[in-house]
Amino acid sequence: MKNTIAERILDFLKGFPPFESLSRDQLLIISKQVKVSYFEKNSTVFKQQEALHDCFYVVKDGAIGIYRDQTLVDQCDEGDIFGLRAIIRKDQYLLHAIATEESIVYGIPATLIEDVLNTNIKANRFIIASFATNTRNPYSDEDKGTLFATETILQPNTSSFTEVQSASFSKNPITCKPKTTIQDAALIMSSNKVGSIIIAENHKPLGIITDKDLRNKIATGTHLIAEPVSAIMSSPVITFPDSITVAEAQIAMLKHEISHLCITKDGTIHSDLVGILSEHDIIVIHGNNPSVLIKEIKRALTAEQLRHIREKAQYLLQNYIEQSIPITFISNIISAINDAITKRCIRLSTKELELEPPTTFTWLAIGSQGRKEQLLLTDQDNALVYEDTTDNTDAKSYFLKLSEAVNQKLNTVGFELCPAKMMASNPKWCLSVSEWKSQFRTWITHPNTDKIMLCTIFFDYDYVYGNHNLVNEMSDSIFNAIDSYEIFLNFLGKNALTNPPPLSFFRNFLVEDSGDHKDQFDIKARAMMPLVDAARLLILSHKIKDVNNTINRYKKLCELEPQNSDLYESCIQAFRVLLRFRTQHGLKSNTSGRYIAIDRLSKSDRLKLKSSFKPIKDIQELIRIRFKLSQMM
Amino acid sequence: MSWFNKHKDLPEFYKTYLNAFEEDIQNIESVRFVVFDTETTGLNFKSDRILSIGTVAILNFQIDISDNFECFIKQETFNPETVEIHGILKEGSLSKISEEESIKLFLGHIKNAVLVAHHAAFDIAMINEALKRLDLPKLKNQVIDTGKLHKKTKYINDSKSYSLDELCRIFNITMHDRHTASGDAYLTAILFLKLTAKLKLKHKRLRLKHFFSWF
Repeated sequence: MKNTIAERILDFLKGFPPFESLSRDQLLIISKQVKVSYFEKNSTVFKQQEALHDCFYVVKDGAIGIYRDQTLVDQCDEGDIFGLRAIIRKDQYLLHAIATEESIVYGIPATLIEDVLNTNIKANRFIIASFATNTRNPYSDEDKGTLFATETILQPNTSSFTEVQSASFSKNPITCKPKTTIQDAALIMSSNKVGSIIIAENHKPLGIITDKDLRNKIATGTHLIAEPVSAIMSSPVITFPDSITVAEAQIAMLKHEISHLCITKDGTIHSDLVGILSEHDIIVIHGNNPSVLIKEIKRALTAEQLRHIREKAQYLLQNYIEQSIPITFISNIISAINDAITKRCIRLSTKELELEPPTTFTWLAIGSQGRKEQLLLTDQDNALVYEDTTDNTDAKSYFLKLSEAVNQKLNTVGFELCPAKMMASNPKWCLSVSEWKSQFRTWITHPNTDKIMLCTIFFDYDYVYGNHNLVNEMSDSIFNAIDSYEIFLNFLGKNALTNPPPLSFFRNFLVEDSGDHKDQFDIKARAMMPLVDAARLLILSHKIKDVNNTINRYKKLCELEPQNSDLYESCIQAFRVLLRFRTQHGLKSNTSGRYIAIDRLSKSDRLKLKSSFKPIKDIQELIRIRFKLSQMM
Repeated sequence: MSWFNKHKDLPEFYKTYLNAFEEDIQNIESVRFVVFDTETTGLNFKSDRILSIGTVAILNFQIDISDNFECFIKQETFNPETVEIHGILKEGSLSKISEEESIKLFLGHIKNAVLVAHHAAFDIAMINEALKRLDLPKLKNQVIDTGKLHKKTKYINDSKSYSLDELCRIFNITMHDRHTASGDAYLTAILFLKLTAKLKLKHKRLRLKHFFSWF
């Protein structure tokens, strides 16, 4: 019998995990068994301690608040599941479920879920994982079922993804006849600037001569240059079809101890020669790898060259993100490349000034670049510190000139000038050690909103180039000042709580309500900064120097406070998810990735983001208690 | 012919239907409501015919999707003018049954349930006419009209007739499968649940009689 209503329910359910991973038949069986309930606003679906219902629930319309005692712990809207944990554990309800607005809810019989769990691995994994990580959606389809796991488990073979791409080879190989003299062949090679020549007849490759043959067989006097090439050629040649992969090429070269492969139409020596693949070609293919890029950076002579290299790095980034390489690994590599580019810009600029620096200095990356969390090309944030001299005015004018040159070069590379002028070329951020120290001291002992904001940017500095000792001196001065004025940490704490975590994506309540980004979600301010601010505060309160990266800060905190390591671990995972999400989004939309249009997010992406909000709430609670902020606010 | 004899001549399925009413249900949570809708060839219950019937049952104020009925009926009368409303063609791809078969199945499904429909009088009349053509007595079920129930919950008794569309808009019910019997039955069922919630506000201990009495 036709069942129009069940089909409509199926259409709804199939858009949400774990139902999306079920077959249509399985889903139809479930849809036919659904019980539809309507709840007025403020009416109860189930109560804490209540005996189990015979079903779990999916929100169709409206919203259901999940409460522990009086506290709202979660908000479920369209497509969210609730009341499942109790069903699986066959235990009474531990939380209240109350309609926070009028709602229509689908009840799905408990007996059906067991069948699904037994027959569908993916749905099973979703359920298990949702309990293990305490989030409702621990995976999304895009991340192949392992939202959090991708961040911790390195997938094999991904670091060498170039191996399986097909190798590109020279399509116009230089050839000669078997009767050509060795001398003529060498002349052809020279005029074409190649290291090898194929001996061919009727387009079929017979043999090959390389530079090495000329060195070993001619220069040694074993053969005369007037002899035909056939006398010294290596024959037969090793042939492959044009579909050869990089890995196959490398293996063949190693196995035959040769440096060139002939590419023929059908891959045998009996078909037409179409190209030649050399060891050098392989190196070029591998060229788009970090160590080669860094070598190229070190050799670059202009900012334009550096920009070209940075563009390659962008492809690298895109590939890494697509390959689900751990985000920590990706950010280390991209930061290393950015650092190398900055260093090169500084070296090139010092040369241009044609004047040695009057004293030692240090170039600092600040803000997200200082934390090594900047994966996309965004505004530059930097500062400079120089050693005090007898005449600081001279020193300052030199370093301002230098900074200006560096800032301009970085701009050419693609790191745009900072509109807020958080750059070393700004006289305010190009200071001697003693000036920085007294500035930090003022910020710490006379905090106000603006100064606290500056602290959140400048305290995340990272050494990029120059004299290491200057950075140490700066760090020491920060801790000394904080020691004598500990209430500063409370101010910093207060600042860390200015962005309360979004509880969930719900209607429009957490999207930006004005300006250019109206109705978009500010992932940086709403989700990432709260975690960054919390990590900075806690690490400063432990007086830990030189740990600037948010993930590393939480790792350090795990060591220092093992009793809170669960919370810090969840912050690490949330931050990884957010950083990857922002990077992915930025690459896709070719923006900074900061503003996300909620209505264009898939449900699974929404759930993925949502799962990272809980740790924000928890870490802010810890800060509120530890720094006694409830009285201050 | 005496009532007894008449009863004796009734076909088995109708007797089973009648027997269901012997059971007396007091508890509102155990009352089975069957929300239904008919699509017809027109609005004249004498000359027009039922094209399809769709139902969904409510028990303990939950719509039970598994307890439903949906059928399409073979036509002798066919009114091309209404095709664009219900989309049911005389010879369509849907599998169809005879009117007799559909009535038999319908009665077997509704049993002694309280019937619920929007502007119920028309749908009930259509079913009763079909029963009459089969020489069978009228439906015995209690009937709730969601149109009337809506007015009741608002303490108004004007003559304005609210269509299902209008009430879906007022009550913020997402409409789909409008003008299929099952689709309309489902929308009516959601409307019924919302109206019941309003009625519950008035009657702390809601009883079946509250659905029928005025105030």
